[in-house]
Amino acid sequence: MWRFVGWRLLQAIPVILAVITVTFFLVRAAPGGPFDSEKAVIPEVKAALEAQYRLDLPLAQQYLAYLADLAQGELGPSFKYPGRSVNELIAAGLPATAELGAYALLVAIFFGGMAGVIASLKPNTAQDYIPMSLAMIGICMPTFLLGPLLVLLFGIHLEWLPVAGWGDMPGDKILPSITLGAAYAAYIARLSRAGMLEIMSQDYIRTARAKGLPEWQVVTRHALRGGLIPVVAFLGPAFAGLLAGSFVVETIFQIPGLGRFYVQAAFNRDYTMILGTTVFLSTLIVLFNLLSDVLAAWLNPRLRAQFGEA
Amino acid sequence: MPLLSVTDLQVDFTTRNGRTTAVNKVSFDVESGKITAIIGESGSGKSVACYSLLGLLPTPPASIEGGTALFEGRDLLQMSESELRRIRGRDVAMIFQDPMTSLNPYMTIGDQLVEPLVYHHKVSKSAARERALELLTEVGLRDPHATIDQYPHQFSGGMRQRVMIAMALINEPKLLIADEPTTALDVTIQAQILALIADLQRKRNIGVIFISHDLSVVADIADEIVVMQQGLVVERGDRAAIFDHAEHPYTRKLLDAIPAGSKAVTAEQREDLITVSNLCTWFGQGKGKEPLRAVDNVSFTIQRGEILGLVGESGSGKSTIGRSLLRLLPITSGEVLFDGVDVTQLQGVGLKQMRRRMQMIFQDPYASLNPRMSVYDTLAEPLLLHGIESRKTVEHGVLRLMDDVGLPRAFVRKYPHEFSGGQRQRIAIGRALATRPEFIVADEPVSALDVTIQAQILDLMLELGSEYGLTMLFVSHDLAVVRHIADRILVLYKGQVVEQGTGEVLFNNPRQEYTRQLLQSIPGRALIS
Amino acid sequence: MNTVVVDSISAAEQGTSLWTDAWARLRKNRLALFGLWVLVLFSVIALLTPWLAPYAYDAQNLDLGPTPPSAAHWFGTDIFGRDLLTQIMYGGRISLAVGFTATAVALLIGVTWGAIAGYVGGRVDAVMMRLVDILYALPFMIFIVLLMVVFGRNLLLLFLAIGAVEWLTMARIMRGQVQSLRQQEFVEAAISLGLSPTTIVRRHLVPNALGPIIVYTTLTIPSVMLLEAFLSFLGLGVQPPQTSWGLLISYGAETMEEFPWLLIFPGAALTLTLFALNFLGDGLRDALDVRGSGD
Repeated sequence: MWRFVGWRLLQAIPVILAVITVTFFLVRAAPGGPFDSEKAVIPEVKAALEAQYRLDLPLAQQYLAYLADLAQGELGPSFKYPGRSVNELIAAGLPATAELGAYALLVAIFFGGMAGVIASLKPNTAQDYIPMSLAMIGICMPTFLLGPLLVLLFGIHLEWLPVAGWGDMPGDKILPSITLGAAYAAYIARLSRAGMLEIMSQDYIRTARAKGLPEWQVVTRHALRGGLIPVVAFLGPAFAGLLAGSFVVETIFQIPGLGRFYVQAAFNRDYTMILGTTVFLSTLIVLFNLLSDVLAAWLNPRLRAQFGEA
Repeated sequence: MPLLSVTDLQVDFTTRNGRTTAVNKVSFDVESGKITAIIGESGSGKSVACYSLLGLLPTPPASIEGGTALFEGRDLLQMSESELRRIRGRDVAMIFQDPMTSLNPYMTIGDQLVEPLVYHHKVSKSAARERALELLTEVGLRDPHATIDQYPHQFSGGMRQRVMIAMALINEPKLLIADEPTTALDVTIQAQILALIADLQRKRNIGVIFISHDLSVVADIADEIVVMQQGLVVERGDRAAIFDHAEHPYTRKLLDAIPAGSKAVTAEQREDLITVSNLCTWFGQGKGKEPLRAVDNVSFTIQRGEILGLVGESGSGKSTIGRSLLRLLPITSGEVLFDGVDVTQLQGVGLKQMRRRMQMIFQDPYASLNPRMSVYDTLAEPLLLHGIESRKTVEHGVLRLMDDVGLPRAFVRKYPHEFSGGQRQRIAIGRALATRPEFIVADEPVSALDVTIQAQILDLMLELGSEYGLTMLFVSHDLAVVRHIADRILVLYKGQVVEQGTGEVLFNNPRQEYTRQLLQSIPGRALIS
Repeated sequence: MNTVVVDSISAAEQGTSLWTDAWARLRKNRLALFGLWVLVLFSVIALLTPWLAPYAYDAQNLDLGPTPPSAAHWFGTDIFGRDLLTQIMYGGRISLAVGFTATAVALLIGVTWGAIAGYVGGRVDAVMMRLVDILYALPFMIFIVLLMVVFGRNLLLLFLAIGAVEWLTMARIMRGQVQSLRQQEFVEAAISLGLSPTTIVRRHLVPNALGPIIVYTTLTIPSVMLLEAFLSFLGLGVQPPQTSWGLLISYGAETMEEFPWLLIFPGAALTLTLFALNFLGDGLRDALDVRGSGD
């Protein structure tokens, strides 16, 4: 098993390196320098600035210097927030985003998993149709529409919950978490329903029933593990999606998180910030993908054995 | 009083296309200490009848419409789900056809084994584990202490079936229902499992229901035999009555379908059509690993007009040889001479012309026909490809093929899914004959078919073989079938030919230990000699 | 059964092909049919928008300002007094165009890539699919955002970028199909008949792989449309003077407190389309009996 983890980690390195390289050159290839917008910058000042950000060096050297910085965990200074480093900005935004993401993931796994399993136990009855219709709505209702609609209903119309903020008022974390988690709850519901239906039609479920086990034990002991493997494997992609979704949700609910910084950096053409955040987020996503793959493989004894000897 | 007495059991299925009666007024008894075999082909309702007794059929679509099933005096059909649950796995246990899929791949066999004991008798886990170890030893698992914590995929099919049997017996049930428990196994393993079941049943004096499609499998072990056809019991009686003087025509048809006797061999010496020398087909298994030697240095000849039987168990390389001859697999080394031409060296047009002369019939009639092509398209394709018929005459050619393989011409525009397994195999035979080949490889052409259909297809192949003057390589795991159809038999073991000879010689005077073992494993040997 | 003498093909009974079967099943599925009709309707409207739209696309009426739905403006007007229905119709053109074009790009690359990898097999397959695996691990959502930031909001680039993400799944599905079909006995039979590889692909592989491809194409369109709307909402996709549903939703969200119809109508248009496509996709999946997720 550990060899599998090690092997996958080794595979992740070229991916992350590719991300860094592509991002770096994409950003550098962008038309217009970072200081072009500021009108009438004195040439000497501009030169000094460019020197400070190493923009005066040949591209290859800039790249190598950047890699060297990265190796020390240093993401460089921000273009637009003089005196602040990208590390500091990320550190400032990360807690809110991490918390939001965690809640959303919990919402997705808990409600999605439950809805899917419940629906799978009595396929083609009301017990199946109702949660699956809800899931369909969740899939067809984009985050950026669901958010405003929830705000309109619960925030403005009913005045039950705050419309914005993060940790400022009681209950202001509820709407963003639901908004972000809803679509993934829907996907997980569909995945776990399909997975459970597949497993429940297997011969070994019949064996379990022939042993006289009550139905709930058949489900929990024999079906759940295999049925939920697709869900576990989906958590990696879901995490990537959640991060992207946080851009929107943090914008809608004015949450001071990484996502909002990223969007702002994009508009401000704050290239070091974009670069740094992309590299940081990509690394996170790659690692999370790895984690969900390893978890899914670990749940499957056959794969586990295979990697044990590989 | 019998242990189980089923009277007038009726089970219906409600589907979108209406209601069908799967089990119709079925009655049978099972005595303690006796094996009752229920025999029938697919769709006979034999499994449905037994599953319905334990409430293991999904309702809907199934519904029990009537009858009684008295088990120790209590009617199973009247019990609530929770009452039934107390009987399932405790008083009545089951083993199933496919040991590969009937065990939970996510749990160790130990955890699965102790489950019925812990659940029904509230035994502690450690005590249950002790009991499980004893049972695993009893059913003949090697080194149970080491293997009890392994997962099912680490066991062979035969070993898994032993685990299933141990699991069924762990609560010392009074009745064991075995649903085709040996159908998925190799013939030598089948013999071992049959012996094991009979032995355990005698020792414990329990009642057994043995469900099978194959009369010969139960010929040595059944006390009572119930023959079912299309939901009805057509005949029941003790073993001697059924085998020696069966009354119902269907039972006799089943008995006749058991391939018996050796083919009469003509002594006449004919020219060799195919000469295989030192054929090796190996499969790479990745870097640093030994290649799998599926076929290892095999040499033999096939004479023109001869049917050569190729028998072996799974993994013996018998299918690989057939595919290697037809260039469907890349061979590693060796020579295959067909009418003097080395097939292994052919390319392009030469290969295409050679393909016309040698064809194949496959095992699975469900997978061997393109589901999106009608029979007409399937049969016309080879006719047109090799210019056997022109666009104008192809219609006639296709209809003639339909006649040849015994399919009604009216079905020529239908699609594979509209046919039964036997009919599909006829279509596949028609496709193989379309190119007017001289040589045909038949890879287990009847093993996916019901017994009575199997006999029909074998007869068809023999008939067409002599009509078209075909040379055939007949690949099969079933010695009785091969002896029935082949002029000469090659016995394969682990990629090598261990023995060859006519059916008569091989059956009466096997020289090799493996051949002897194989012959002894044939169920109901008395029936086929 | 066999009383009629059949001596020509036309005298034989017509069989039901799997396609006929699937169509019959689909026709029984009301939700899928609803989806199909909505899709057809919206596509026709999108094609004919310049002639159907009640107002000119750029017609402003600053004096009018935002008004709720009325007889003159069925969906109301926005803050510039522009007719919202007209805006939604023109926005739909872009949204649907992105959906179909990017999916077509994905289809073309993915199917070709997957078919080659699956058919050739061996080392070629290993290299091709390893590349797909690596690309799969890349955080593409972030990359597209980056791409749009760096190269500006260019529609063509958007098509290509989204198509470039979605082809990966298509390639995996196609490869899986081809690979499993190749092992089917009917393909072996075709080889032993002496058919050429191109004929085998054309007559035996493609028709059998088509079902899953149709299903996943139908399901890719809504995910592409979502992606476009997501980018436009962030201000990184379509930009004025062009518009799309995502952009309209983003404007609507800014002013939803006072003028909720500006959020609700574009939102409804997008959601309805996504529903239609997903229902149709699910219906096709059932009708064509496509199982598994392709990996």
